[in-house]
Amino acid sequence: MDTRVTKKKLGLKERYAAMTRGLGWETTYQPMDKVFPYDKYEGIKIHDWDKWEDPFRLTMDAYWKYQGEKEKKLYAVIEAFAQNNGQLGVTDARYINALKLFIQGVTPLEYYAHRGFAHVGRQFTGEGARVAAQMQSVDELRHYQTETHAISHYNKYFNGMHQSSHWFDRVWYLSVPKSFFEDAITGGPFEFLVAVSFSFEYVLTNLLFVPFMSGAAHNGDMSTVTFGFSAQSDESRHMTLGIECIKFLLEQDPANVPIVQKWIDKWFWRGYRLLTLVAMMQDYMLPKRVMSWKEAWEMYAEDNGGALFKDLARYGIREPAGWKQACEGKDHISHQAWNTFYNYNAAAPFHTWVPSEEEMQWLSEKYPDSFDKYYRPRLEYFREQQQAGNRFYNKTLPMLCTTCQIPMLFTEEGDPSQICYRDSDYLGNKYHFCSDHCKGIFDDEPEKYIQSWLPVHQIYQGNCFKPGTDPTAEGFDPLMAVLDYYEMNVGRDNFDFEGSEDQKNFAAWRGEALKGEAK
Amino acid sequence: MSNVFIAFQDNEESRPVIEAIAADNTNAKVVHSPGMVKIDAPGRLTIKRETIEEITGRPYDLQAIHVNLVTLSGHIDEDDDQLTLSWKH
Repeated sequence: MDTRVTKKKLGLKERYAAMTRGLGWETTYQPMDKVFPYDKYEGIKIHDWDKWEDPFRLTMDAYWKYQGEKEKKLYAVIEAFAQNNGQLGVTDARYINALKLFIQGVTPLEYYAHRGFAHVGRQFTGEGARVAAQMQSVDELRHYQTETHAISHYNKYFNGMHQSSHWFDRVWYLSVPKSFFEDAITGGPFEFLVAVSFSFEYVLTNLLFVPFMSGAAHNGDMSTVTFGFSAQSDESRHMTLGIECIKFLLEQDPANVPIVQKWIDKWFWRGYRLLTLVAMMQDYMLPKRVMSWKEAWEMYAEDNGGALFKDLARYGIREPAGWKQACEGKDHISHQAWNTFYNYNAAAPFHTWVPSEEEMQWLSEKYPDSFDKYYRPRLEYFREQQQAGNRFYNKTLPMLCTTCQIPMLFTEEGDPSQICYRDSDYLGNKYHFCSDHCKGIFDDEPEKYIQSWLPVHQIYQGNCFKPGTDPTAEGFDPLMAVLDYYEMNVGRDNFDFEGSEDQKNFAAWRGEALKGEAK
Repeated sequence: MSNVFIAFQDNEESRPVIEAIAADNTNAKVVHSPGMVKIDAPGRLTIKRETIEEITGRPYDLQAIHVNLVTLSGHIDEDDDQLTLSWKH
């Protein structure tokens, strides 16, 4: 039998050219600027859209083929996991709380990204950029769906996931991811690309999807690691889109450089603040640990991001403003965030806990300059109080930063014992910020951020109660009324992990599983 | 010189690709973590279709790396025969 010879009709480069060029046309009965109204008003100058090239040269035919293959593999794992009662094989039910944060705060961002890319995919005049944005739009919708499908299995067994869409628009800390994407999709199309494709996808998503997902594998959660890596395999294409869009913008016209630099400064900082949640997931919510947030930051932000900015220096682009502060924060933010959620756990639909002595030992080793000095004593005090039956829950509300919407939990550069606080006056009102960079972002576009829907302000203004609630009634408990508006199951979704239904159920199911009884 | 990197899911389909990278890039460092394999290399890293085909004894379409790819870093230059990641500056 003759050896089969594979013969391609077109090479990769020719195929890419054939499938991404000549798809557009010059309009005749309406001016082009009226049909594409958005790709000029930000001041970005494009002289030759044809210079835009997707380095992966992925075309629609190959896209469907490989995405179809990924889906088959992913659903094979998700189904095997479900049929096998895989949820009983994870290290500890505390781990599930990371998945609650994922479905509450990360999955809805995939949907926002889908909407954002669908929008810019329509608005760019150049066909290459439009094709790349459309594929990314489909990817992001796929991520929203696959994450929802994978996590819905856990929703059958654990609390804290049943109202994730409802919570995304209401619960205080979920305004942090929500405001990030709403800020991005209400920018112009080029700002959106610099925000999401470049600053978020290229500089920051490795920190979310790589070490945390490797941690999920380490904790026995094959379902999550598979959706995570399946999503991240698209991210590597999104990163090439990010780096291509930056190179393209910088090479098209020198006048684009200062505009792009300003966006990089803004979106690096906004993305960095958003990742505070991930820092905490990695250091506190993985019972078996792969690497600390600090190590992940050094690997993916300092080394990889550093290489990127060294490469972009030839265009006159420098490291983002806030880079130094972000690098200093690697010793602190996970601990500061966990403390805040521990405090406000009455109003958060997932569980928190004081780490075990063994876990604190690990944190001491990973954070020799900060953990024992600043954070261990507070956690030990919390543990002492909890064991004495005085588990502390903060019942007042925190002050939020108007820009990133995170409570004022971050400390001053060079002094981790001092909370950082800045303010600005605008049209007779005072606005509050967690850092110089969040203040700078506000001061640059105050008319945008004065419209922020800040959950704490809304609660105090009485806008977060169900219709018909009477705050003047005797015995009125504002916290309970807000939790009712959130549709949280009080006593099941919230409070300490110790004594929770999740903890009891998991222990019971595991015991039954060990005895070989059917549930 | 800054490192470039590429990471794959740790599975049977990735194995020949990782072997080929290690064979063609003598200064590449292969690091195994739970669920994934990350390969770092100073400045530049090339994946060659021909080497993968020699290892498996079957035709290989380089675009199939998308199925098991986790992440990467560096500028990409890809054609039918090779995929190169590099930092030039």
